[in-house]
Order: sequence, then structure tokens, then C-alpha cells
Amino acid sequence: MMQVSNPLLSVAHLSMRFGGLVAVDDLSFDVGRGDITALIGPNGAGKTTVFNCLTGFYKPSQGRIALSHATSAARDIDVLTTSGQRHTRDVFLLERMADFEITRTARVARTFQNIRLFSGMTVLENLIVAQHLTLMRASGVGGLLGLLGAKSYRDAERAAIARAQHWLERINLVDRADDPAGDLPYGDQRRLEIARAMCTNPILLCLDEPAAGLNPRESAQLTQLLRSIRDEDGTSILLIEHDMSVVMDISDHIIVLDYGAKIADGTPQSIRSDPKVIAAYLGVADEEEVRAVSQEISTGLAP
Amino acid sequence: MDVFLQQLVNGLTLGSIYGLIAIGYTMVFGIIGMVNFAHGDVFMLSAMIALILYMALTMFLGLSSLPLIFILVLVGTMVITGLWNWTIERVAYRPLRGSFRLAPLISAIGMSIFLSNLVQIVQGPRNKAAPEFLSGLFHFGPAGADVTVSLKQILIMCVTLSLLGLFWFIVQKTALGRAQRACAQDQRMAALLGIDVDRTISLTFVIGAALAAVAGVLFMIYYGVVNFSDGFIPGVKAFTAAVLGGIGSLPGAVLGGLLIGLIETFWAAYFSSDYKDVAAFSILAITLIFMPSGLLGRPDVEKV
Amino acid sequence: MWKRCEAMTRTNLTHALQEALRTALITAGLCFPLLVLRLEQDSSNQLTLQQRWSWLVFAVIGLSVARFVGLVLQDWRARAPRAEKPIAPTRPQLARAVSIFGLIALFAFPLVVLAFLGPSGSLKWINNYGVQILIYVMLGWGLNIVVGLAGLLDLGYVAFYAVGAYAYALLSTHFGLSFWLCLPLSGLLAATWGVLLGFPVLRLRGDYLAIVTLAFGEIIRLILINWTDVTNGSAGISSIPRITFFGLPFTAADNGFAATFALEFSPIHRTIFLFYLIACLALLTNFITLRLVRLPVGRAWEALREDEIACRALGLNTTRVKLTAFALGAMFAGFAGAFFAVRQNFVNPDSFTFLESATILAIVVLGGMGSQLGVALAAVVMVGGTEILRELDFLKLIFGVNFDPAQYRMLIFGMAMVAIMIWKPRGLISTRTPSLFLKERKNIAASHVGEGRG
Repeated sequence: MMQVSNPLLSVAHLSMRFGGLVAVDDLSFDVGRGDITALIGPNGAGKTTVFNCLTGFYKPSQGRIALSHATSAARDIDVLTTSGQRHTRDVFLLERMADFEITRTARVARTFQNIRLFSGMTVLENLIVAQHLTLMRASGVGGLLGLLGAKSYRDAERAAIARAQHWLERINLVDRADDPAGDLPYGDQRRLEIARAMCTNPILLCLDEPAAGLNPRESAQLTQLLRSIRDEDGTSILLIEHDMSVVMDISDHIIVLDYGAKIADGTPQSIRSDPKVIAAYLGVADEEEVRAVSQEISTGLAP
Repeated sequence: MDVFLQQLVNGLTLGSIYGLIAIGYTMVFGIIGMVNFAHGDVFMLSAMIALILYMALTMFLGLSSLPLIFILVLVGTMVITGLWNWTIERVAYRPLRGSFRLAPLISAIGMSIFLSNLVQIVQGPRNKAAPEFLSGLFHFGPAGADVTVSLKQILIMCVTLSLLGLFWFIVQKTALGRAQRACAQDQRMAALLGIDVDRTISLTFVIGAALAAVAGVLFMIYYGVVNFSDGFIPGVKAFTAAVLGGIGSLPGAVLGGLLIGLIETFWAAYFSSDYKDVAAFSILAITLIFMPSGLLGRPDVEKV
Repeated sequence: MWKRCEAMTRTNLTHALQEALRTALITAGLCFPLLVLRLEQDSSNQLTLQQRWSWLVFAVIGLSVARFVGLVLQDWRARAPRAEKPIAPTRPQLARAVSIFGLIALFAFPLVVLAFLGPSGSLKWINNYGVQILIYVMLGWGLNIVVGLAGLLDLGYVAFYAVGAYAYALLSTHFGLSFWLCLPLSGLLAATWGVLLGFPVLRLRGDYLAIVTLAFGEIIRLILINWTDVTNGSAGISSIPRITFFGLPFTAADNGFAATFALEFSPIHRTIFLFYLIACLALLTNFITLRLVRLPVGRAWEALREDEIACRALGLNTTRVKLTAFALGAMFAGFAGAFFAVRQNFVNPDSFTFLESATILAIVVLGGMGSQLGVALAAVVMVGGTEILRELDFLKLIFGVNFDPAQYRMLIFGMAMVAIMIWKPRGLISTRTPSLFLKERKNIAASHVGEGRG
């Protein structure tokens, strides 16, 4: 396991069982603060299940998922774990929290493998819904301030639109702000979903196959966007991805899953040459094929 | 003990009727994922048709052999009701397949209103009291108890059992049954594999209606009264049965029907007959809230 | 033109004929026992059969001719050279113009009718058409919040209407509370019931939610029937205090409305007042809904309809979002219920059957889910349209004295529900207007708008 000092997210002994099927088996890993971490592995390895556990859509059968906003000692997490509480101001035990609380208070946002935009709402509305909580607070008790059109609410709405516009500029979609999200081309929808997640102001952004179905030009745009999110917004990223060129290009840290268990964990350089990874991707241990695949991975092409 | 056994017999009789209707709901839901709201009214329609056929056979043709009359009424009602449901599917549901989710539901509600009003207009709003079809009582009493079983009840249970057996054979062993199960899994894939999806769905409606028609005939014989408004309450109860048994599951529908019949009879016998419908609706609500997949249904995992 | 006639080939005609024949056969099969033989109780209360072959002949000829003509017309139209017209979403300006026109017509309606038909002649029109339609408009708008905006299918909406009606009936007859006090109370009570019933059921999805709401609706009705100590059972509650003009009764007495304003007493005053009252209540519902849609609450409803899972991933407490929609919809039904009770000055459980819920839901879906204007139009078409059948007495000249067109009201209502769904599955007005915009407000075509799974 790659040593991450003062991790943002620390997953320990995570297991998820559906009836008799073990989708995730005693998985432990850390996500570094300010890193782009990639979770890779063959189809069916349990990557999306890990995401669903992290973001509260599934309740894990076992394990602890701790997120710490400030640099906190491991001791804080242990104290919280034994206290039976769900979170303190800085430390959050995600396995105990409901899905919407995870986004709201623990500030973990996510996207989905099959894009889940509000396709009947405009691009702008999608980004405004993501700022629901701020706007709800501004609209007062029972929405009365908003209903009466109070100035404080209108200011909050203007700020929300400004924030949305900022993100529209970053993903080059200002011109399409008033079009339905369902009308956008696929690549734009992917980027809009990321922008929408960013509008919730997350500290950790989980992306489920953000490059799937993108052409090389769009992939390059995506890489740039993710880098800027890491460097300018200070949001750490955890991503699932099959496109090896993207993964090898932007990741600071890679975790490899197979059959729900971790088989490798390290820097892109170390993963690239790990025979277990190559075997897992290939499914066989034929020397020659392994070599061929390792060649492919190291030259940065998709397997 | 007397009361208990007596109510057990009555409950099973009623439950058989609910079970037969419930199969229609569960099959249609299984194959096209739609609650066929008009099914209760199709059942009412069949009871009305059965009464008319019975009257026609005795009055115009002067038949007097009870078994012959029964079989003719049963087969005739099944065929005509099947044709009705085939037409309903063709006219009101097929054009809406794969469209907006609420459209078939509204269409089905419209169909239900249409059917009950059609029967009201063409047959009049009054109760139709059928002449006694079959009389005769048996008394039996295990361990000194005295329980009355009427010939009608025996007839209902025998017919239900044998037709369920036939139906089970069709669904489990024939090509039609296989096609149905394939369509329920994945319609597009089934079509790619050369299954005529339209025809399979049509036949599902026909079979569902035929079983509802059996229930209608038995209902007419058992209660001796048919009214145009008799579709809604038995329809909802049968739907409750389908949900309780696990919607989509055929044995579940029968099991649910029997349970609902028993609960209703026992409730009326031991508590109050005023609230027996409340009991049925409450079971429906409670089952859906706490056990949405029913007794024999498959749990439905939310896809993220 | 003649080219198209020529192009109508023999095979197409043969096909249409074959289809017509098939229709004739099927119709004959469907109608044979049901239409031909009518069950009648004779004088000694014995069941007999009457033969009525003419009905079968009419049905067979009617339907097969209709099928033939339909196919020929379809073929004719398919041949017509036609430019492909893209289905453009309606412009917001058009909807605005229609709304303003409708608003003027609404407020002018009673006065115009009164001017033309006089006090006694206009009573029926203002009451049976005006007030009746407006009650359904209001209920439609209330349910539109739940079904159209939040995408939650509610088949027991009439229960909240009943709660409102009984709340006013009981509070006024037992405690002597005035209508103006009871109106908000009825709304609150209904909203509370909305939350109470909503809480356990809102985690259900799709048709399951619909069925549970149906069950709750029926349970409430059955309780109203059976809890005779409080509700007086099926007999209902009568002599509920009538509406007053803010304290002035609509009577011929000296302290009555007519005397106070030096008018000649007429029962039409009360009806006109009721008309404007329900118009205001309905418009209030509309106004609040339209405002809320542009606020985070309303946007959350629509987001929920579009994709519940995405909502959760964005930090929306979906249970709370659903409950607000449910409670608000219930509240408006409660208002409408109190109005219903004061208008009828009598309530009984028969007014709150499943058929009512189905009618209101049909109005929402036929109108176009989420569209306020569409819902109003659908209420006018469906309620006004079936009501107008009562007026078609001239049909007796054609079909004989025993023909009563009103008898066919619900039959036609049911057929219309099926027909409109097939014609326009997304309803009359299916485009969505965005809640806010950056540069230009553009309506969104129905094909993008979600339908909700809840």
C-alpha cells in the first residue's frame, strides 16, 4: 500500500456483500489530499460499488470510510469511531451517513457512469440545483423570503448564477446555458456533470468513468479540466477510469482492484510494471501476451 | 372450532376467485410492467356475460343438463372475455407501449370507466339476480364439529384447481410460456431472438382475461348477483393479492389470493364486516411499505 | 388532386375493406351477448332476456365503416405531399397571451352570462359550468404539484379533498366556526394528513406509490362511511352553514347581502360570489405554484422528477422534497374541499370516490404534466365537455324520446381518456418553461422532460 501522509480519505477493511456475492472484499486504501487518485480494474472488479459505498448509496456490510477535512491525526478518527457519532466538524465517517448528507456536510460529490443530468432542465438550471442548499437557506423559513422576492434572496440567486456562469466558462458551455441539458452532445454532458458536481463545492470529487465515450480531443479537454480542478479549486479527485492514457497521464496515485480486492497500489510508474496488474487485465498468464499488454500500457494506450 | 373451520372453507372459496383474477394482474405487470386498471372491470364484464349466456342457454335452448350448461357457459365466457381483453390491449394499450410512463395507466383507468359504464348502459344499473344454479349442502365434522360445505364451494375449488393446473402447464411447459418469460426479462432481446413480442403480449392478455372469466363465472354462481359496479372492489382486492404474493410471481398471485380471501372472511367473522374492506386496503398498504417485493417476489435492487 | 385519387390503388382499398370486415367480425363477437341480450327483471322479479338485435347491427356497421373510412383517410394523408415540420416547442409568449385572455374571460364570464340570460337562466351556467370547472381546475393545479412537478404518482388525491370538506363540515356544525376561519384550518389539516400519509409511502417508487396512495384514499373514504358517530356514515353531514359575504348572509333578510347593498334579492348573488371565490382560490394556487417553481423548492421538485438519484448525489434531502410537494398539494385540495362543502352545504362519502381521483389525475396528465395552462384547458375540456352532454336534448329528436345523452357522460369520458392518451401521450401542452435563464428563456420540448419514477 502506498504510504499517504495525512490522507483526505481513508478506507479501511471495506466489504460489500449482496446476498452471497462479495462485490468488495476487505478493501483498504487512502486518498491523498490534493491528489488525483485513480481506481482501476477490469469490468466487474467492484469499482462502482466502492463509489456507491463512499457516497452513501449503499450501506457497506463492513468497514470504515473516514474523511477528514483538516489535517487530523488518525487518533481523531478512532475517537469518533468509538463515540458512535456520525461526524465531528472535521472528521466524517461516511459509512454512517445518508447519501445527501455526504454531499452536503462531508462535501463529497460524485458523477455517474451513465450520465445522470436533469435532461429536461436547462444547463444553467442543472448548475443551480446543485447549489440548492445555499439557495434554500437564503429563501428563508418556508421559502417566504423567496416567495416575497426579498433582496437577500435575490442576491443569493444572483451569486448562484454567477457561480454557475463561472463553471460554464470553464467547460466552454456559456452559449448553451439556456438549452436543455439533454440536447448537449455526449462529451459536453460529461463535462457538465462534473461542473454540476463542482457547484456543490466539494472537497473530494468522485468521477465514475469520466472519459468513457469521449474522443481523443475531448479526453484532452477533460484532462485539462481535472488538472485545473485539482490545482485551482483545491479539490481532490478520485476517479474510476478504463482509458489508460488518461489514467497514466493525470493520476498521482493508482489503486488496482480485481474481484473486489486490491491487487496493487502505487504511483503510475510502479503500476505500469506490476505483473499482477497485467495478468488481471489479461485474465491469463501467457508470457507473451503479458508482455504485449505491458508494452501497450507503458506506451499509454488503452488495453 | 365450528366457526373457524366454516370460515376457513368460505375464505378459501373467496380466495380462489381473487387468486384467479390476481393472475391477470401479475402476468400483465410481469410482461409489460403496467398495472392493468381495467382488469377488475374485465372480471365484472365476464360475470355479466356468464349470466347472459346461462340465461340464454336455459331460456332459448332449453338445456337442462347442469354439467353441460356449466361447461358451455364457462367456455363461452372465457372465449368472449378473452376477445374483449385482446381488443382492449390492441386499442388502448398497444399504441402506448414504450411511450410516456403514465399514458398506459391513464388509458387503463379510462378503459375501466368505459367498461363499467358500457355495462351499465347496455344492461341497466340494477342488480341482476341469477336463478339458483346449483344447490345442495354437505355437512362434515372432524372431531364433532359441524361445518357446512355447499356444492357450489366444492365446484369452485375443483374448477379453480384444475384450471390452475392447466394454466401452470401452459406457462411452464409450452413455447408460449417460454416466450412470455423471455419477454418479461427483456422485450428487445426476445424480439431479436425471433419471438413475436406483440403476439405474446396479446396472448398474455387473453389468458389473463380467460382466468378472470373463470372467476367471473364462479362469482356469478356463488353470489347469484351481478352488478356493473362489481369490478372495482374485487379488482383492487385481487391486485392486493398479487402484490402480497409478490407481483410478477404466478404462485404468489394464487397464494396472495387465498390469503386475502381468508383474511377478509376471518376479519368479517371475528371483528366487524364494516371494516373488512379497510382490512384489505391496509394489507395492501402495509405490504407495499414494508415488503414491496411481496411473499414470493424477487427483491428489487435500486440501480445507481 | 386527381393524381392522388389515382394513386389510391386497388390494393389499398382491398386492404381497407378487409380490415373493415375484420372489425365487423370482432365487433360482432364482442357485442354478441352483451348488447344483444338484455337482462331484465320481470313483474314477478324473475330474470328474463330481451332480444335487441338492432344494437348489434348498429355497432357492427358503425365500427366497421369507421375503420374503413379511417384507413382510407390515413392512406390519403400519407400520400399528401407534406413538408416535414419539426415539432417546435411552443413559445412562452404564446402561452402568456392565452393566459391573459383566459383570465379576462374568467372574470367576465358570470357577468356576461348574467347579462344575456338573466338571473334565473344563468344560475345553471355559472354553477354547473363555472364553479364546477373551477373546482377541478384548482384540484388539477394542486395535484399538478405532486404529479406534474415532483413526478410522484398519487391516485388517492381525493382523500385530502375529503379531509378539507369534512373539516369544514364538522368544525362549522359542531363548533360554529365561520367559513373564513375554517378555510385555512381545512388546508392545514389536509396538509398534515399529507405529511402523515406521505411519510411512510414516499420511499416507494413508480406504480407502487400510486397503489398505496389509492389504498389510503379508499381507506379514508371507508372510514368516512363506517365511523358513523362522527361522520354520520353514508347519510353524510347536511345543513352545513352556507357562505356569507364576509358576514353578510345571502338571504332575503334585512341584514342580508341584497338588502345591505340595496339590490333585489336573488339566489344568483351567492352563486356569483362562490364563482369569484373559487376563481380566487384557484388563482392563488396557480400564483403560489408559479412562484415556487422559480424558487429552490420548486426546482428541487422538478429535479426530483428528472432524476432522483442525481438529486441525492447533489445533497438534496429527497424525502423532504417529496414531503413538501405532497403537503402543498394536499393543502390546496383541503382548501378546495372546504369550498366544496360550503357550496353544497352537504357532504357525504359518495363525493370522494376513486373516480374523482382518477378524473383529477386524468386532467393533470391530459393537460400536460407540469403545465398550469394545460391543466386548466384539460379541466375545461373534460369537465365542461361531459357536462355539456346534459344539454344535448335535441338528440332526442334523432334517437327517440327515451334517449338520454347524459347517460353517456361517463362512457364518453372514459373513451376520451383513452383517445387523448393515444393522440397525445404527453398531454395537450407538454413543453416546459425553464425557471431561470442566462440570456433567453427557451421552452423545452417534451422529449427531454422526465416523467418521474415515484
